Amino acid sequence: MEFEPRIIAFLCNWCSYTGADLAGTSRITYKANVRAIRLMCSGRIEPSFVLRAFAKGADGVLLCGCHPGDCHYQEGNYRCLRRYKLLQKYIRQVGIEPERLKLEWISASEGKQFADLVNSFTETIRDLGPCKIQKTMQVLT
Amino acid sequence: MEESKSKLKLAVYWAAACGGCCVSVLDVHEKLFDVVAAADLVFWPIALDTKYSGIEAMPNKYIDLTLFNGAVRNSENEHMAKLLRNKSKILVAYGSCAHMGGIPGLANFTSKEEILSRVYNESESVINPENVRPVPEYEVKEGILDIPQFYNDVRALSQVVDVDYIIPGCPPQTERLLEVFTAIVSGAELPQKGSVVGAGIKAQCDDCVRKKSENKKIKKFYRPWEIIDDGVTCFLEQGVLCMGPATRAGCGHRCIKGNAPCRGCYGPPPGAADPGAKMMSAIASVIDEKEPEEISRIIEDIADPAGLFYRFSLPVSLIRRKVM
Repeated sequence: MEFEPRIIAFLCNWCSYTGADLAGTSRITYKANVRAIRLMCSGRIEPSFVLRAFAKGADGVLLCGCHPGDCHYQEGNYRCLRRYKLLQKYIRQVGIEPERLKLEWISASEGKQFADLVNSFTETIRDLGPCKIQKTMQVLT
Repeated sequence: MEESKSKLKLAVYWAAACGGCCVSVLDVHEKLFDVVAAADLVFWPIALDTKYSGIEAMPNKYIDLTLFNGAVRNSENEHMAKLLRNKSKILVAYGSCAHMGGIPGLANFTSKEEILSRVYNESESVINPENVRPVPEYEVKEGILDIPQFYNDVRALSQVVDVDYIIPGCPPQTERLLEVFTAIVSGAELPQKGSVVGAGIKAQCDDCVRKKSENKKIKKFYRPWEIIDDGVTCFLEQGVLCMGPATRAGCGHRCIKGNAPCRGCYGPPPGAADPGAKMMSAIASVIDEKEPEEISRIIEDIADPAGLFYRFSLPVSLIRRKVM
């Protein structure tokens, strides 16, 4: 059976989720590998959300927020950016390929960009193959 | 073993531990007389010549209280964890290693094979052309000799057996142990099973004595030796990584009072499942920078985030070992 990546996308309410919504209302088709989770702000994405997604079997995690300077709450997306940078460094150390975690800015008008992003990210993860975390965590003794 | 019926039966055991937890029990000093007045120590390898067979011969639930320190790293640790669980009414995970895996838990950044290969083949001082490795069982003419199986993963006590209470710390503060012990002896109502006892319910920062401002703005992180600490200001505000925001209070700020940043041995505060994730969150909040390249440059100074943020807690963290 061909590997179908499982991707969790955390989308901020004001820009990225609306952008994803626009992709839908514009009838743009894109890969169905993404499971979207809406949050009020990308600044709400705690590192534990990302780590838990991987631990529970996500092959890739996508973080999307408003473009720099556009955050509905002024600074949430910068906070997300800094967390993302730290997470990248951490997941590399624990043996998860950093490419499995991606941050992109998607505005409310960027439905097309969102669809392209999902398609390209799905292909990136497909090339990487399944995340080995679940298998590794089973080994105990 | 002669014990009076009214006295509590107390056991202390070390699994994959350094011995510091047992020493913290010894640190009750002259209060030890109060302890032995109220309790018989039926098993305590660091101090008493007791045997595993003595424990095996006890009826189930014979011991009232067992302080189990150390992580579960090999089959002997696991055997003793299960044995003491059966023989004890109350089993306490005592200290960071039993609580979260502790320092031995850092071995989860590698594997059994990597460790054995380093120790028995690659180490600079090792000459081992025949590739001799420890074997769990070896036959000699007198019979079979055996040593414990070395596991791939280090686990916390609660990942192996049911744990009643947790006393955190590396090592736990002796005063806290005495409080807990006194509570048990006095017959006070015990907290809910699974509780962390002998520790606070807030983060270290909440009652830290150092001066803090509302808005921390950090442009550069320093290793402790790269900066002269002023002895007064919050370590994070000086750019020194301190695990305070992601650590449970209750230790009495031993490290901070000694002018060293918190290392996180008391584990995450209530409500924070993963101390490292909490710490990443806190650090992201204090970095005063918006440009991606500059942010990368600032966190370049954090040489080993995984080892720093999960120094005591890797085996119980969300990603509890290196993905292989």
